[in-house]
Amino acid sequence: MSNAVGLSMITLGILFNFFGCVGLVRLPDIYNRLQASTKCVTLGTSLVLMGVVFMNGFCSISMKAILCMIFILVTSPTAAHAISKGAYLSGVELWEGSVVDQYKAHVKEEER
Amino acid sequence: MRIITLFIFSFVTWCLLVWPYNGASGTLDMQIIIFGVLASALVTWLFHEILITHPHKWYDIKRYFWILCYLPVFAFYCIKANIDVVYRVLHPKMPIRPGIVKVKTTLKSDSALTALANSITLTPGTLTVDITENGYLYIHWINVESEDVERASEIIVKKFEALLRRIFE
Repeated sequence: MSNAVGLSMITLGILFNFFGCVGLVRLPDIYNRLQASTKCVTLGTSLVLMGVVFMNGFCSISMKAILCMIFILVTSPTAAHAISKGAYLSGVELWEGSVVDQYKAHVKEEER
Repeated sequence: MRIITLFIFSFVTWCLLVWPYNGASGTLDMQIIIFGVLASALVTWLFHEILITHPHKWYDIKRYFWILCYLPVFAFYCIKANIDVVYRVLHPKMPIRPGIVKVKTTLKSDSALTALANSITLTPGTLTVDITENGYLYIHWINVESEDVERASEIIVKKFEALLRRIFE
């Protein structure tokens, strides 16, 4: 039973990872692509690790998997902030279909 | 106080990582424990001034209870976010209206702001770009619903603020 739950979680996680990659290809600019890749890859990888936990029960392997999950949940969004802020400050434009950019005023004020 | 807190924290992390308890023979592996003590001491000596700023918060049991309450909320929004992204990516017309909006938060401490920014990044359609000193966050929103600061704050920030304040402040 727990084997089946674990395997289906791993399948679901790989599916989410795949959709994240599709988003990386289809979406128009770096900020939208970061959205897709950060969210899908975080949840996808967490689901794979959860599947490992369910398949192995409570032992040293699942402890390592849970710790990896915590580290991914903390570091992956932080990396996304660093990339998006770095991209904006080094002059990557938003997609032309974007409706609003309230960050521009702040950056201009900082430069002065 | 900070030194003891960080030492305990890093030693527990070490024990979870290497798992010194042997279930078959029911003994502890002393080599691993001794090396763990040395490694935790090194980490404590190097980082005790920057990693832990308010040690008394680590001994407040209520905070751990609120973390347990926070986990299901966070998991719900995380899964919702992924279904949202999958829908937008697979839809032939790609229904996106991206833009960067400004929102306001009342949280003050560094750890609370970090947790808030990370939670916002993992929830539906939003990605934190920058945090300013005076409590404003700049957020890339994949489907802008409101350009007004107050309204956007209500939609994006409000659902986490109360819980995060109880955990970190």
